[in-house]
Amino acid sequence: MMREITLSTAVNEAIAEEMRRDETIFLIGEDVAEAGTPFKITSGLVEEFGTDRVIDTPIAEPGFMGIAVGAAMTGSRPIVDLMFGDFIFLIMDQLCNQAAKTHYMSGGKLNVPLVLRTNMGATRRSAAQHSQSLHAIVAHIPGLKIAMPSSALEAKGLLKTAIRDDNPVVIFEDKLMYQDKAPVPEGELLIPFGQANIKREGTDITLIGTSSMVQVAEKAAETLAAEGISAEVIDPRTIVPLDMDTINASVRKTSRCIVIDEGHQSFGVTSEIAARIMEQSFYHLDGPVIRMGAMDVPIPFSPALEDITVPTPEGVIATARKLMAGEMFDV
Amino acid sequence: MRQANTETYLRMYRQMVRIRNFEDQANQLYLSAKMPGLTHMYSGEEAVAVGICEALKVTDKITSTHRGHGHCVAKGAEFKQMFCELLGKEEGYCRGKGGSMHIADQSNGNLGANAIVGGSMGIATGAALSAKRLGTDDVTVCFFGDGATAQGLMYEVMNMAALWSLPVIYACENNGYSEYTRTDEIAAGSITARAEAFGIEAFKVDGQDVLAVNDLAQKLVARCRKGEGPFFIELETYRYHGHHVGDINRDYYRSKDEEKAWHANRDPITNFGAWLTGEGIADQGELDAINAAVKADAEAAVAYALDAKYPDGSEVDMHVFAGAS
Repeated sequence: MMREITLSTAVNEAIAEEMRRDETIFLIGEDVAEAGTPFKITSGLVEEFGTDRVIDTPIAEPGFMGIAVGAAMTGSRPIVDLMFGDFIFLIMDQLCNQAAKTHYMSGGKLNVPLVLRTNMGATRRSAAQHSQSLHAIVAHIPGLKIAMPSSALEAKGLLKTAIRDDNPVVIFEDKLMYQDKAPVPEGELLIPFGQANIKREGTDITLIGTSSMVQVAEKAAETLAAEGISAEVIDPRTIVPLDMDTINASVRKTSRCIVIDEGHQSFGVTSEIAARIMEQSFYHLDGPVIRMGAMDVPIPFSPALEDITVPTPEGVIATARKLMAGEMFDV
Repeated sequence: MRQANTETYLRMYRQMVRIRNFEDQANQLYLSAKMPGLTHMYSGEEAVAVGICEALKVTDKITSTHRGHGHCVAKGAEFKQMFCELLGKEEGYCRGKGGSMHIADQSNGNLGANAIVGGSMGIATGAALSAKRLGTDDVTVCFFGDGATAQGLMYEVMNMAALWSLPVIYACENNGYSEYTRTDEIAAGSITARAEAFGIEAFKVDGQDVLAVNDLAQKLVARCRKGEGPFFIELETYRYHGHHVGDINRDYYRSKDEEKAWHANRDPITNFGAWLTGEGIADQGELDAINAAVKADAEAAVAYALDAKYPDGSEVDMHVFAGAS
């Protein structure tokens, strides 16, 4: 029987294993040392690696992000902890103008091998500035790789791959999944980028989900199966690079597709994947590719409102039924 | 003592002349519409880059700015690859992908010219963190202008550099103008006091006097290597051209008389040349020979770059990611 660990432990293990392997790796961010972050993800690391490699910073996100970029250009491999994904707006210049472009602007002479770990996900009752899922915004910038783990297994395997990558990689962990357990094998675990995972095979409809939306898709698929609708569930695992081969193969088989992602629906990841499917697999489709993202509203505080904003299994089920029935979709 | 330093003095003179010649050629390339885009001239500020970079070794790092040709030359770059970069040619230091605002000879420790004002302050501080952590004795110099002192990033990274005693020198080239605005209109209080607030030792030096700059830089670099960093230097200097080569009519923010006075009295090359001859280190003939040789070098490099080939179109999506084919 394989052991089960939480996503939080998986991240901690990945960092510790990589730091033991490579002295050039260090961890930097707010309250990453003794506090172990507010989510207690990095607890214990400072005891093993010391304050020289587990570096607490002032509350100065652009500053420590910039420092990480410079360190990455000069022989270090920093792992940056950004406490909330919402704070990514604070570091946009360092991430998008500096880290993402340095390799290209230098004609390939300089590398920026850094990992930015941050989080995403609403329904934690944290309101509009601690609940956003902003991966699409950075996925728009060439030069950044974007990983979105959907369980403890992916959290460990993708993070270890990210740390060994010679490019800036941004990992978005769903903050509501930190205590979720999943089977994770002992020992070395590397999950390659750009390889989608077929979580469940099916023949009637493809449900593509990212991060926690993989669980939403799987729950929907269970119910749909009871109704005789066979749904295939795909987890892209990284959105940059994006494994369109697996996605196209699935959609060409099922002829119908819903893309589910917790970023805002407009101009988002769902739109990008849907557009690529329509460009590349249009003649295999029997219906429109449907996007299901977070509503285009700032995330509200009240539970009565917040829960409405994100895709749910019930919503996916209703949409799948309409798609199977050939019904029209409203704007 | 002086005899032993003659070679160093003449190299500093030559490097300043090289920067001036590079910029004169770049300006001509712009005016004759042979250069794509535009560029920001370092002319007038030569003693800053040369005085500091002559105190550094090859593995020491610098970060540069949009006004970065001078730093690039001073840190050891060659004219040919620089002009090729300026013209977007394949043989440029960045294979034509950076251009004037991102020009850098990376193999000499130049971590890039940055077109975001103040954008490289984190990078320089991070390079210093790497050096300290990895146990090299490299020092990083962060070049930036007076305009960049208005950016918040500077205060965040100076705070961390001071907390962690990093081997970084913040070199503020105060040329009196933040783009098209006088510095006293954008900077309240004292520039050096900004660093002193973090407990960083700060110095003010005449940025037109290459020996004064070099003397201070030598001392601070040595102290950085001993773990006594960070440091801050404000270098009073002047840019002869406008904010960029297209900024021709600038009477509304700067008088012609002021410009003439700096040219006449404060030119770093003229004044250092006069000192060299006055001290008997070189005669005017030797200096003229250096001037002529550098000019010929620059002209040859321009001719070479004009004839050099552009990168193949297939390079457009190369180097987006490291390790990708």
